[in-house]
Amino acid sequence: MIPDPIRAGLAAGWKVTDASALEGDLVLEADVAIVGTGAGGGVTAEILAEAGLDVALVEEGPLKSSSDFRMVEAEAYPQLYQESAARKTRDKAITILQGRSVGGSTTVNWTSSFRTPPATLAHWRERYGLRDFTPEALAPWFERMERRLAVAAWEVAPNENNALLARGAERLGIATAAIRRNVKACWNLGYCGLGCPTNAKQSMLVTCIPAALARGAQLICLARAERFALRGGRAEALVCRALDARGVHATGRRVTVRARHYVVAAGGIGTPALLLRSGAPDPHRVLGARTFLHPTVAAAGLMSGPVAAWAGAPQTLYSDHFLERGPIDGPIGFKLEVAPLHPLLLGMTLQGFGPAHAALMKDYPHVHVLLALLRDGFHAESPGGNVGLRDDGSPVLAYPLNPFIWDGVRRAYLAMAEIQFAAGARQVLPLHERATPYATWTAAKAAIEALPLEPLLARVMSAHVMGGCAMADRAERGVVDPLGRHFQLENLSIHDGSVFPTSLGANPQLSIYAVAARSAAALAATLAGKPAVPGA
Amino acid sequence: MLSRRRFLKFGLGGGLLLAAAGVARGQRRYVPASGAEPLAILDGGDRAVLAAIAPVLLEGAGDVAGNLEAIVGSVDRAVIGLPPHLQAEVKQLFALLGSWPGRRLLAGVCAPWGEAGRAEIAAFLERWRFSRWRLQQQAYQALHELVFAAWYARPDTWPAIGYPGPPEVR
Repeated sequence: MIPDPIRAGLAAGWKVTDASALEGDLVLEADVAIVGTGAGGGVTAEILAEAGLDVALVEEGPLKSSSDFRMVEAEAYPQLYQESAARKTRDKAITILQGRSVGGSTTVNWTSSFRTPPATLAHWRERYGLRDFTPEALAPWFERMERRLAVAAWEVAPNENNALLARGAERLGIATAAIRRNVKACWNLGYCGLGCPTNAKQSMLVTCIPAALARGAQLICLARAERFALRGGRAEALVCRALDARGVHATGRRVTVRARHYVVAAGGIGTPALLLRSGAPDPHRVLGARTFLHPTVAAAGLMSGPVAAWAGAPQTLYSDHFLERGPIDGPIGFKLEVAPLHPLLLGMTLQGFGPAHAALMKDYPHVHVLLALLRDGFHAESPGGNVGLRDDGSPVLAYPLNPFIWDGVRRAYLAMAEIQFAAGARQVLPLHERATPYATWTAAKAAIEALPLEPLLARVMSAHVMGGCAMADRAERGVVDPLGRHFQLENLSIHDGSVFPTSLGANPQLSIYAVAARSAAALAATLAGKPAVPGA
Repeated sequence: MLSRRRFLKFGLGGGLLLAAAGVARGQRRYVPASGAEPLAILDGGDRAVLAAIAPVLLEGAGDVAGNLEAIVGSVDRAVIGLPPHLQAEVKQLFALLGSWPGRRLLAGVCAPWGEAGRAEIAAFLERWRFSRWRLQQQAYQALHELVFAAWYARPDTWPAIGYPGPPEVR
């Protein structure tokens, strides 16, 4: 029997409220209220609780833990993902995978751990006045979080899905490198995306959040932060709606949290949406703007030998070759990684229907999928998207896919196909409604060069929502300052991926951890009088 | 076929499409004859649309006809977990396709769903898949996602694609 630290903590008396079961409205007081329990909220909760502050965490999703994680897609997507993993951009052209349970996306991510690339930081220093964001100045924060979350080299051999990327790339003289992972005693199962059943993944769910709860923090789950009551440039209360057990409908009960300070960490869509619903001041019209996704396209390689892409650590190798070929603010570059494959999501994502689709699915054990994550936000023609609200107050991201992005998509399809053929693929199938399996690199190249690139034809996905509440040196070009403090609301901070002024060019979790830790330590120093040192 | 302007009034997000189409349908709760669980979200009309379209989407995947109720139940369970705005869109889509003007004029399917042939339904799906109208493309993709997710959600479909299922960890 695998010990479940969450169930043990609940039995030990952690202060956790399941808002779906509330029979009346609830009013809570705390020193700091934190909205969201993902990478930003989790880290912040631990640091503030350690500083002796009374912390209340509000989470829209449920509290699920290793005992619940049965590695079954039909259970995991509704429980652990925003909109049952069916969240899409307004035109439905981009599918967005975001976590929604205690631990946020860290509960379902694939453990890929990268420090913020130096070229990204240099761009932020130049364009957004983030003078302190040098690799050297941030190194202690990265080190602190890497230590805390056991980020380390992965010593086990890559699974075949990852090995194929390295093999194909090597034959073409394209460099690949190893991805570090935040795991302890990992079983190499391959189901990170459905919640880690062995607690090996050092997500917020099993690290910072239990630590904060053990220090007396309170957690309210299945409560959606609806709006702040704002007055005189301050937040006076956070009003939340209790949700039913599925997290779908409001029950009518309200949870109100009154705090000295509020930290919003609801992610690149949730955070701007909460501020928009609250009518937060936005004198320079930057709130919810410049939201980035690493728009991601995919190609399936049909291999002769078994791949079994459902098994083994999902992402252990990558290539930045196509990020490093040109200047960061030139034509859009892309990072190459692989995707673990599980049948429900694969069946939904593969184009076509009838016998052609069925034939591809019967080849599932031989399917290898490469991903190209486009580095958006560094060029004038890559302004990202805008978060807005539907009539019911729910958030929606409009993200226009323009010729600048499509140029990168075409290059990415070509690069992926060439690598897959070099790795021995029998056929390569770009995930695009007009694409079919191509039997040679020559045929694939000709077909990809002619593919119409339009929304809803190319399959575009994102698992990385960034920006929308950018940090900057001054209010004209950002929502928060370099320590995450809101420019117009004096007792409100933002500690999540929404503060990034561009995308990262790398999977975001470690960047969010480090930047949130830096901001949280400064906040703890202000509120509790403790010094903000990274080694703490 | 309707003009683009007219079609937009039928739009998935339009809200007024049922009124515009002159469709008034009550919520007829569907109870499967087999004694399986009643559907929570989908009604009998929705079920008829799904029962016609799913076998065409899933042709070649396995015994679809013998598992129709399981597929419909699986779609129903998936829809319950969607946020209200998406539930409303799915309901609108099925209501539209289940209505005479929706089926006949928008989908271009002449026969009632229960009588339409495979080729006629496949042709409709292909038209919407590559439609110039974004709403039709979106609707095709919604049907595609719902049906394939419902099928491959079920462990009894896994042996046919060589998936061993999740490993034992306890």
